[in-house]
Amino acid sequence: MCLAIPGKIVEISSDNQDSALVDIVGVRRRIDLGLLQDDKPAPGDWVLIHVGFAMSKISEQDAADQMSTLRTLGEIDGAMQEVQGYGLEDVN
Amino acid sequence: MAHGAGGKASRKLVEGLFAPLLFGTAPGPLGDAAQVDIDGTKVAITTDSFVVKPLTFPGGSIGELAVNGTVNDLAVSGARAEALVVSYVLEAGLPTQVLEAEVRAMAKAARDAGVRIAAGDTKVVEHGKADQMYVTTTGIGRPLHEVTIDPRSVRGGDRILLSGPIGDHGITILLARGELDLEADLRSDTRSVLPLVEALIRAAGPGVRWMRDPTRGGAATSLNELARDCGLGMVLFEDQIPVRDTVRGACELLGLDPLHIANEGQFLAVVSAEYADAAINALRLAPGGSEAQVIGEVREQSAGTVLVTTLYGGSRIVDMLVGDPLPRIC
Amino acid sequence: MRYVDEFREPELISKTAYEICRLASTERHYRMMEVCGGHTHAIYRFGLKDLLPENIELIHGPGCPVCVLPMGRIDDGLSIAQQPDVIFAAFGDMMRVPGTQGSPLEHKARGMDVRIVYSPSDALKLARLNPDKHVMFFAIGFETTAPSTALTMMRAKAEGVRNFSVFCNHVTIIPAIRAILDSPDMRLDAFIGPGHVSTVIGCRPYEWIARNERKPIVVSGFEPLDMLQSIVMLLRQLKAAEAKVENQYKRVVPWEGNRAALRAMAEVFQLRPYFEWRGLGFISQSALRINDRYAELDAEQRFAVPGIRVTDPKAAQCGEVLKGVLRPHQCKLFGRECTPEHPVGALMVSSEGSCAAYHNYEYRKAAMVSLSSIA
Repeated sequence: MCLAIPGKIVEISSDNQDSALVDIVGVRRRIDLGLLQDDKPAPGDWVLIHVGFAMSKISEQDAADQMSTLRTLGEIDGAMQEVQGYGLEDVN
Repeated sequence: MAHGAGGKASRKLVEGLFAPLLFGTAPGPLGDAAQVDIDGTKVAITTDSFVVKPLTFPGGSIGELAVNGTVNDLAVSGARAEALVVSYVLEAGLPTQVLEAEVRAMAKAARDAGVRIAAGDTKVVEHGKADQMYVTTTGIGRPLHEVTIDPRSVRGGDRILLSGPIGDHGITILLARGELDLEADLRSDTRSVLPLVEALIRAAGPGVRWMRDPTRGGAATSLNELARDCGLGMVLFEDQIPVRDTVRGACELLGLDPLHIANEGQFLAVVSAEYADAAINALRLAPGGSEAQVIGEVREQSAGTVLVTTLYGGSRIVDMLVGDPLPRIC
Repeated sequence: MRYVDEFREPELISKTAYEICRLASTERHYRMMEVCGGHTHAIYRFGLKDLLPENIELIHGPGCPVCVLPMGRIDDGLSIAQQPDVIFAAFGDMMRVPGTQGSPLEHKARGMDVRIVYSPSDALKLARLNPDKHVMFFAIGFETTAPSTALTMMRAKAEGVRNFSVFCNHVTIIPAIRAILDSPDMRLDAFIGPGHVSTVIGCRPYEWIARNERKPIVVSGFEPLDMLQSIVMLLRQLKAAEAKVENQYKRVVPWEGNRAALRAMAEVFQLRPYFEWRGLGFISQSALRINDRYAELDAEQRFAVPGIRVTDPKAAQCGEVLKGVLRPHQCKLFGRECTPEHPVGALMVSSEGSCAAYHNYEYRKAAMVSLSSIA
């Protein structure tokens, strides 16, 4: 139910729009794009693959947002604590 | 038929049945080869059968496995292979050109490994048996006196070395069977490890405690056996274990652990801390050894267990293989 | 980006783990359930428990489709394959699961034609390549996998493939979560929500957990950073006494789910009135069967199955472990009669079953810790 990994679409089959070749760190396999009919991926897109079917497109933007959230984790709280240390929160 | 996969079931068969009845040995560690004393001259001897399917695959074929596998068993037991004898069991109807190709492959592998094939035997069985061809090789070798291989000499603080990336052979075979519809630029790593072993022994002989070639069952099985035989714990650093990207990708896709995958051209060595630097440098400088790594250490805690740790402080136990590694979807 | 290594960056992992320790109030003991077997596996594989403070307990949920399959269903599937010229095709996960007469692998050793496939479409391909045999695909999985089975069957029907059928054991996740929450001995604070099921069903189906049961739930990815970030998000909700559904796995999970996948499921499947879940008993509307439009591809309709109910030995406490009431090692059979080599219950066979995961990755660590504290 859960083993799904990201792969990059290398090419869409010319004779079957639902079949694509993906590359997963150098391993290649034909996968079925039939579940992404409403949002067809193009070569270069990354998709999540489970049992030979693409389940979802991976959003690079969301991934980048997540990484940046994680990098600043604790920093905002840390900054707040520093401010509290100066006694400034009593101002209000 | 879990007994053939090289893990726990195989071990039970060897220890429970063969050892007491055939070898007449007291219970104790079983090595890759046996030493026989003939009128004061010590000779190392070992045997192995090869039943791989398909017969040929990227990087090699059954013939090469049969030569390198036995040469390697002798090498990691601290002996240089001098001569092999080979036995073929052939399925009736096997095309002559298939047989000829394998015989040529064995001849070449033997030349490359510097070993003589001294004699052979053939049997033909009826169609439907022997999966086209089974090959058995028996090798005799000259013990290298500068080293004594004994798991009981392993101590806490010893380092665990690996000669190169793991998983290449097993994944190549899995893909070559064609059932999983995966393609990758991958080849079996089959080769003789004798030159690397000799380089290791020249540089660090007195510090080499134990060696093994992690074939069926993978590095995890070999190290679990060692942990059991020496009563100590093995700790591996996940980030230090060399694995090719393609192997990693195939393992992620199929839900397999590279530590359980068979190798035919690598070996593990446990070397004392004192000699570890000399050992790893010698391996890296030798042809074919550039990817050698120190992958872990022996510890007194966690006795009998193999633990894998990550850079961020997580850890997990890696057990011996139970049955063949099976792809999973969950 | 490769979408794997980035989420395993050691420095960020340490930082997120530190944030968890900072957020977790020492006055409280947190019980969080990860529903999905893939999350259970990830926790052990990455050693995530080592990074969490003592007062956060991760309870393993019932989201392992192999674990909840009653033995009788395995027997049924194997009995179909016992007929001449039938090929039994299934995922690797099924191969070692024991039926009363042995597992599929053991049947293979006795001469049955058993093939491991990575995809339902590989099973259909086998049927095309073997026109004189019948290929029966033993389908398992939650809503992550069901759409792929459905689409494969749609293709088979469109092509007019006659020698292919599916033995359908797909189950749905929401009734399982309901069964957990309805259980009287259950005390949970929050849920780490299924990641890949959610790519299909979206995040809406979990809203009742937050609204009616007042438990926070965060839909989570499977890399170490994903799971740790999800725990941070749950702790923040608990600290603020909130209960809502959040999507940590945004890069992959659309809030509304995958409409095309849901359409495929609706085209081929319908809900069974009830289905037996090993360890949890009969749950209504919790499993899928093939509808009448696809009857000729339904193995249960084409072949007669014994349909015998096989109950687990009384001593096996699979149900309590599945519900998170017992830890694996608290089951009386754990590590003794029931081990990965000779499993009694499916929680020990499936690689993501709580008992197998615990046995393989963890419980000797606990033994080591206690030994070293004595020494």
